[in-house]
Amino acid sequence: MFIVKYKKIFLSLSIVLVVLSITSFFVFGVKTGIDFKGGAITEVSYTDTRPDQETLSKNLESLNLGSILIQPTGENNYIIKSRDLSEAEHSLLLETLSFNGQESLTEANFNSIGPSVGRELTRKAIVAVILVSLAIILFIAFAFRKVSRPVSSWKYGFIAIVTLLHDVIITVGVFIVLSNFYGLELDTLFVVAILTILGLSVSDTIVIFDRIRENLRNSGGINKINFGEIVGHSLEQSFARSIATSFSTILVLLALFLFGPVTTKYFALMLTAGMFIGTYSSIFLASPLLVLVEEKQNKK
Amino acid sequence: MVKKIFPALIILILAGGVAFFVFKSEPRLNKNFETSHSFFKKFPFHLGLDLSGGSHLVYEADVSAVADDQVSESMDALRDVIERRVNLFGVSEPVVQVQKSSFVEGGDEKLIVDLPGVTDVEKATAMIGQTPLLQFKTEAPAGTPQEVTVDENGNASLNFSAQFVDTDLTGRYLKRAVLEFDATTREPTVSLQFDDTGTKLFAEITKANIGKMVAIYLDGAPISTPVVREEIPNGQAVISGDFTPTEAKQLVGRLNSGALPVPISLLSKQTIGATLGDKATKAGVQAAIIGFLLIVLFLIIWYRLPGIIAAISLTVFITIMLALFKLIPVTLTAAGIAGFIIAIGIAVDANVLIFERIKEELQAGRTITDATSFGFSRAWLSIRDSNISSLITATILFWFGTSLIKGFALTLGIGVIVSLFSAIVVTRIFLKSISFIGEGKIARFLFLSGLSK
Repeated sequence: MFIVKYKKIFLSLSIVLVVLSITSFFVFGVKTGIDFKGGAITEVSYTDTRPDQETLSKNLESLNLGSILIQPTGENNYIIKSRDLSEAEHSLLLETLSFNGQESLTEANFNSIGPSVGRELTRKAIVAVILVSLAIILFIAFAFRKVSRPVSSWKYGFIAIVTLLHDVIITVGVFIVLSNFYGLELDTLFVVAILTILGLSVSDTIVIFDRIRENLRNSGGINKINFGEIVGHSLEQSFARSIATSFSTILVLLALFLFGPVTTKYFALMLTAGMFIGTYSSIFLASPLLVLVEEKQNKK
Repeated sequence: MVKKIFPALIILILAGGVAFFVFKSEPRLNKNFETSHSFFKKFPFHLGLDLSGGSHLVYEADVSAVADDQVSESMDALRDVIERRVNLFGVSEPVVQVQKSSFVEGGDEKLIVDLPGVTDVEKATAMIGQTPLLQFKTEAPAGTPQEVTVDENGNASLNFSAQFVDTDLTGRYLKRAVLEFDATTREPTVSLQFDDTGTKLFAEITKANIGKMVAIYLDGAPISTPVVREEIPNGQAVISGDFTPTEAKQLVGRLNSGALPVPISLLSKQTIGATLGDKATKAGVQAAIIGFLLIVLFLIIWYRLPGIIAAISLTVFITIMLALFKLIPVTLTAAGIAGFIIAIGIAVDANVLIFERIKEELQAGRTITDATSFGFSRAWLSIRDSNISSLITATILFWFGTSLIKGFALTLGIGVIVSLFSAIVVTRIFLKSISFIGEGKIARFLFLSGLSK
């Protein structure tokens, strides 16, 4: 199969994408939202027309709340981003926004997070990624224990993790580029997206490995067969399924992106990207890697 | 043929029953909800704060003064106190949870308070943080200089507080407070019952002050200054201030909820306005319906007859999921709905795996009946393994999560399990029951997929 034959090309492409993603991380940096660094977001909705942004900004400066970001949103709303606010500061802010009661407004959304919560979230996210990875290596090594030849079952698990990291890194890269242009911020939902991609990527890879396992078992004498051919054959067989599945999942995700709630809009977009990359990598990265590992083994 | 269709019919009837339950128990769908049986009223969808609007507060508890082995006990006590205070708001379904410190959760003992429908976060935090301070004071000894201040208009006012001195009796010695109505005036009063120490103290105070005033102070302000007529040995007192019934009720609640066992400080707070939540719910439902229709369309175009079966199986899957959300109950959030949508993808995947296998077996020259049963058993391993890995992810996420991640992991996890059922039981039964269409050319065409003829 062409994927196995030209595996080096596909592997290089993946490496380039990963390198680009890592570079974008250092070039653009990650904008973290208040979920991680702490801070407050206040969204107010004015009953009549909203006041001029400049006047508002001047009035708010006198509150001494540090740097404040005012963004107009929707028809009559403003989003105000600031450091985390105490009760008193919060009511002062609302008072100022309403020009001491002259403009009637309702508070649509208020979220204030202390910095310690953010640190905890970061820690949890990292531990979760590590735990999920370990659990999956163990599971794959166990599920593939009967096919430890010609490639040991641990290596299947290891390759699944490499694929997984590849997917996560590229998805983060896509996010960083997007966030640079659209001003997105890294939030809890983004962590959820990454962790979901983790799960989807692995289950996608597993389906293909499963096919390889089955074909290996049916091929009888392990030593006589060409491993690369079997992998290629397995890929051909699971190709349609991988695409059909990710296509239908992407259909729902796109519906969620286009018609869903604002809060999960970019979450859906990230998942769409992750789903796409996950499907790509299980076909164009995981299997070629498996063949490469086997070839390296044989040379020894 | 009847024999073959029979199991499929049973599935359809059962699924119809579940769908009926979901419909009947949902006020937004069932127009006659108010008049329906009370059984159905017990199971509405539980919407999270981001969808229904409300306040989400995270407190940190300072347990440094508490012995290690008593931390969990005092956190539970703290939860009970806060819960009692929260219940005073009259909020429907408030949630007060302790988040224990551990390797997983991080170093701090936390208390999470969810108040659906409460958008005035300041009032809420004020009420939660407030500790009622009840004090009993006696008249200052005669000869204490009276402090009189004269304001600009020449009105003299007496400094009331200086006329009373503190006693040892405070709200600490309160056993319980009860709301009562005066038999003659019908005015609300708060009757207090002291504990043993309090009873003793109160008896001493009343004995020493017969004919004098005893002032009852709440939060530093006098609310009642009755004159003692006789010694009260049974530890019962009545406060008859100028209460409205609501005030009296709140006071009783606050007195009964007592002081906090450990000090708390607010870490983060979030309020979501009701309109925003409403919009999010509508958009979420809309996205789910459009997504579902797109998938069904794709399945039928690509997989033909099996595609229709997959669509039915998917509908059964969604119906069961919705019923489970109501029965368990699962609190639905935007993230939870996202988890549900991913689960729909996983459910489709199981069907796709089966159909692709069946197609292969057909192309290898098997009959439709054989291809169906072979396809099934071959696809099973892949379905099992990929689902286990999704379950591992969902479990770890649930174990870890902040409430947002938990909601996502829960719907995803339930979704994976239910999708196994819908693929193995529902899809299989339906595939078996349509084998009556025979082995003709048209039948084979209907079973193939994609661009193949």
